[in-house]
Amino acid sequence: MLRLRQFVGELPIHVVLIGLCVVWLVPTVGLLVTSFRSFQDVDNSGWWTVLSPPTGSAEYQQACASCHGSDGRLIAKADLSDPNLIQNFRRSFTLTAALKQPIDGKPHMGDIAVPNDQTVANIATYLRRISGIDAHPTFTFNNYIDALVGYRGTSNYVTDCASNTQATDMNCNLTDLRNSRGMAQAFVNSLAVAIPSTFLPIIFAAFAAFAMSWLHFPGRQLMFALLVGLQIVPLQMTLIPISRLYAQLGLNGTFLGIWLFHTGFGLPYAIYLTRNFLGALPSELFEAAYLDGANHWQVFRQLAIPLSVPALASLGIFQFLWIWNDLLVALVFLGAEHPVLTYSISTLVSSLGAGWHLLTAAAFISMLLPMFVFFALQRYFVRGLLAGSVKG
Amino acid sequence: MSVPLAAPSIAGKPRRIQEVPQIMKQGWLTPWLYLAPALIVMTTFIIYPTLNTIYLSVRNINGTDWATAACEAGQQCWGLLENFRYALTSPVMQIAFFNNIVWILLMVTSCVVLGLLIALLANRVRYESVAKSIIFLPMAISFVGAGVIWKFIYNYNPSGQQIGLLNAVVVALGGHAVSWLTTPQVSTIALIVVGVWMSTGFCMTITSAAIKNVPQDILEAARVDGANAWQTFWSVILPTIMPTLTVVTTTMVINVLKIFDIVYVMTGGLYNTDVIATRMYQEQYNNFNTGRAAAIAVVLIIVVLPAMYMNLRRFINEERGR
Repeated sequence: MLRLRQFVGELPIHVVLIGLCVVWLVPTVGLLVTSFRSFQDVDNSGWWTVLSPPTGSAEYQQACASCHGSDGRLIAKADLSDPNLIQNFRRSFTLTAALKQPIDGKPHMGDIAVPNDQTVANIATYLRRISGIDAHPTFTFNNYIDALVGYRGTSNYVTDCASNTQATDMNCNLTDLRNSRGMAQAFVNSLAVAIPSTFLPIIFAAFAAFAMSWLHFPGRQLMFALLVGLQIVPLQMTLIPISRLYAQLGLNGTFLGIWLFHTGFGLPYAIYLTRNFLGALPSELFEAAYLDGANHWQVFRQLAIPLSVPALASLGIFQFLWIWNDLLVALVFLGAEHPVLTYSISTLVSSLGAGWHLLTAAAFISMLLPMFVFFALQRYFVRGLLAGSVKG
Repeated sequence: MSVPLAAPSIAGKPRRIQEVPQIMKQGWLTPWLYLAPALIVMTTFIIYPTLNTIYLSVRNINGTDWATAACEAGQQCWGLLENFRYALTSPVMQIAFFNNIVWILLMVTSCVVLGLLIALLANRVRYESVAKSIIFLPMAISFVGAGVIWKFIYNYNPSGQQIGLLNAVVVALGGHAVSWLTTPQVSTIALIVVGVWMSTGFCMTITSAAIKNVPQDILEAARVDGANAWQTFWSVILPTIMPTLTVVTTTMVINVLKIFDIVYVMTGGLYNTDVIATRMYQEQYNNFNTGRAAAIAVVLIIVVLPAMYMNLRRFINEERGR
């Protein structure tokens, strides 16, 4: 009884919380489901109908099945599963015309009224499907293949290659993965940007943070103030001079340029975080090492670096995700030379308004790595976010 | 800007700068060798460009002359600050400022309130970690990915079957489908929803940690005194976590002021959705007007400064408090 009352008392909590979780999850689920649907379905029906009967099925059963049979084969003269017949009634207007045409002097549809255009269109869709003109599976990997190779036709890559009607820049072998429009190449480019841009600032930050916490030099206070001050500068503030500088040096559109920019911009926060971590270690540890005759390089390499691995890991995850997900810097400094995932997807959005089967697959490809990092390393992720401060 | 990195005062517990023990003192050169790589890169990529941007903001369209040169006789002119006349008073920039204010008001409030609500509720259930992971997940996704996800939800079909979830719901409830992203009064709100979806996880995580840090004995005392859940929240939990909420709010304000990706991907700044950062990008890379773009960047840093100052002040107080 007590447990029941407790449960009823807490019911609103569960309802609100689970409701919010569902709302948060549905958009991503919609993307995932759509990315696995045949492109013929994506534009014709919502992803949430994926498990219900195909488009037009209900309309067909209501308007046609009584004479033509539920599989369309009941009238031998008008076998609806025959592609040669349906070929003439692919579109709603030809089908509507046929439905209005009397057969043997009697109305085609007998007592049933000829359905409206939308219904006829759905029935036509269904007829194309059962006649095999437009047969397609409910779930498919084709969208991912198309996205990876950068396919831009009206069908899909596998079909085009099978019928030898592929575009001139497609070779129908593994070399297509190197197509500069494809997400496979963009994925590689994203890695090529993100990995050095993650390691460089961390290495530089470890050096600087060590000096700022355990080496003596005049102006340490000033240096620290500078570090905090530099974190204030918005990215936008630095874009114009750097792109002018790069234009002179020929660094626009090169990986080196974007590595250096990300390194410069990631450093203040990286040094700040590492310094806070290193500075919190007990000074006896370092004194003991020096007493044992170690020099600063040994202390740095064998004491400071190994001890700060947790902080560096959190930092690395953050920096990596930040760069992986960045659009602005990639847009300005790399652009179409070496399209990264975010860049490719943003051009895909503007160039193919509604190619949802490609867009959703491409977006999911770009989300794979961050999601993996997130689930595998969530502990570090959250720790990096909190970085010990809020608890203090 | 998917991960709100630029959050100085939540970034870590500031450490007092202590003196280094005598035995650990090295030569005068050694520390600078450790500092050199970082200092060189930061000077090149942050200090120099910042100063240069300020300089360019008072230069003309391509930086070849002072901004005054663009003035025409008989026209209104702010002299050296001519670019700022554009950045502050032109109709397109006014729309951008207005939109940024709407963004701040709606997105920051929604994120902080929802983050607090979820943190509080999740604190009381057994599936806390699952619920928090779900809310947090969008943070790992890029704004571009989120843009695709939501563009699909907002999809509008003038006739026939709605494949966008939102319009399907509207139609199912008996309404008329709306073109969410191209209707001027609605589009900015539609974009803000995406921002809220992405950033609530951040607010929730920070707030949740603060809630868990409310001392147990105070909660215990409140319970002994017969306070109900609402009273406990209002007079014990909320005052305790207030400093954290302030930091979360200021950090969100800073991030929202710099918002770019969502707008760029979803509407490209059309249909009255421009914000300061997208205007700056367009001036520089579409209109090739460096002076105006630099002036907008300077305006951006000036509007960000008060929020930064709030965060810094708390940070300095903590540093002193040690």
